[in-house]
Amino acid sequence: MKYMMFVCTDTEPDTDKAGLPDIDTWVTENDTRGRRLDGHELAPTTAATTVRVRNGELLVSDGPFTETKEVIVGYDLLECADLDEAIEVARTHPMAREGRIELRPFADLPHRSA
Amino acid sequence: MTGTSPACGGAAQATAGGEAVDVVAQVAGVVGVVGKDAFGRIVATLIRVTDDWTLAEDCAQEALTLALERWPTEGIPANPGGWLMTVARNRAIDILRRVSTERRKLQELASLALTTDTGPAPVRKEDVVDDRLRLIFTCCHPALRLDARVALTLRTICGIPTADIARAFLVSESTMTRRLTRAKTKIADAGIPYRVPTGPALAERLPGVLAVLYLLFTRGYDAGGEPAFADEAIRLVRLLEQLMPDQPEISALLALFLFQHSRRDARRDADGNLLTLDKQDRSRWDHAAIAEGLDVLARTRQDGPYALQARIAACHATAASADATDWPMIATWYDELARIQPSPVIELNRAVAHGYAHGPAAGLRLLAAARAGGTLDDYPPALAAEADLTARHGDRDRAAALFRRAATLSHLEPERRALLDRAAQLST
Repeated sequence: MKYMMFVCTDTEPDTDKAGLPDIDTWVTENDTRGRRLDGHELAPTTAATTVRVRNGELLVSDGPFTETKEVIVGYDLLECADLDEAIEVARTHPMAREGRIELRPFADLPHRSA
Repeated sequence: MTGTSPACGGAAQATAGGEAVDVVAQVAGVVGVVGKDAFGRIVATLIRVTDDWTLAEDCAQEALTLALERWPTEGIPANPGGWLMTVARNRAIDILRRVSTERRKLQELASLALTTDTGPAPVRKEDVVDDRLRLIFTCCHPALRLDARVALTLRTICGIPTADIARAFLVSESTMTRRLTRAKTKIADAGIPYRVPTGPALAERLPGVLAVLYLLFTRGYDAGGEPAFADEAIRLVRLLEQLMPDQPEISALLALFLFQHSRRDARRDADGNLLTLDKQDRSRWDHAAIAEGLDVLARTRQDGPYALQARIAACHATAASADATDWPMIATWYDELARIQPSPVIELNRAVAHGYAHGPAAGLRLLAAARAGGTLDDYPPALAAEADLTARHGDRDRAAALFRRAATLSHLEPERRALLDRAAQLST
């Protein structure tokens, strides 16, 4: 299954920084095992632009779609057997402790895959 | 034997009076006993093979319905569980044939060992064991909301009708149906595996499974709860203990349930009011259950949180009278419990235990420490405990005021009444 892993900040990170995993090791490990297909850090939300079309009119505005304290700072595209494997990958990411990680499976869209 | 059967008609007609009713009742009894266990087994096995939760449940349900129809006239088969599994399997094959061309599932289903009425068990024992464990761990996956985990466990493993579960959760049947559907959809969409975790993951997940069973038990044991849930929780923890005999916390939880459940007939007076331990008629406790609990606990070598709670419950269960309760031992177990699983409520219970073991002053000292965090400020049991300790310490007026304040904060009518009674006794 494909999982989009959103890497997010959190206002209450883990205070215990001892033994924090190294991001480069994490990337190498999961790339080598074929569990990470793609991923990147994102520019801050100050660089975000929101696009909408309403009644045929294009509306472009500055900023992220919602103003929150926690923001998505990066993503990784995973290929895992199931949720438990994806959780294992996520738990070893440094941001699991400094922020939070949201796992979203790709939707099953059979009408498109044909 | 009434002797009033009409002379005409076949065998079924001839017994259309009392005997037929007896047979139906007898069959319903057998279906009830066998079905309860078979339902979970069948659902677990069919889910493994088909990946389809609804299909598995529907087929198990249909097999039970068919048994109720057929057994009164055809007789109860020698191997009722095998009969039910065969019917459910055949029904699943029919449905899948109609709606799908997935060959692998069909082949696997067809290869589930066939059984005759007198034949061997329908599938290998290891498979049944694994399937049920898989189902329990999947229903209790931490990626599901806790209430969904409990509801899904009740529906899928215990076979409790959705309407009954809805009643226990105080929601409408359609709401509960949606909640269950959402949970099953999440399992499929999120890729929650149908598997017992291995290695360190097992140790991480087992407490979650036991927490669901504990919640299930509590739902059956609470004032106004559904007693059947407590029975189901005991049945499931027994099953888990059989399946994973090397996990001491499972045995400990079983022992804890047995001690608490042993008091079920003695916990209420004639008017249905809850009775505290010291007011219960101990001869009405289930002493066989207590003996089994002690037996189970004796085998438990390692003390986790459930084992410590079970040891405390054992002290209460084996005391000949409330006065003979071994409070110093209970206080020691609470010290240990507070050390490995600190929480304000455990600190509160610890204070009460020390209050009985070493005098009210010692209890009040520990209670003040437990309340320092502020979590217990508006918690009626904390105020009631403080009131009780204060009364025993000699300050009756202050104790009565505390009981009254606890009563105003309580949402449970029987508890409110009991607290006001205590206040009134102190004021006279």
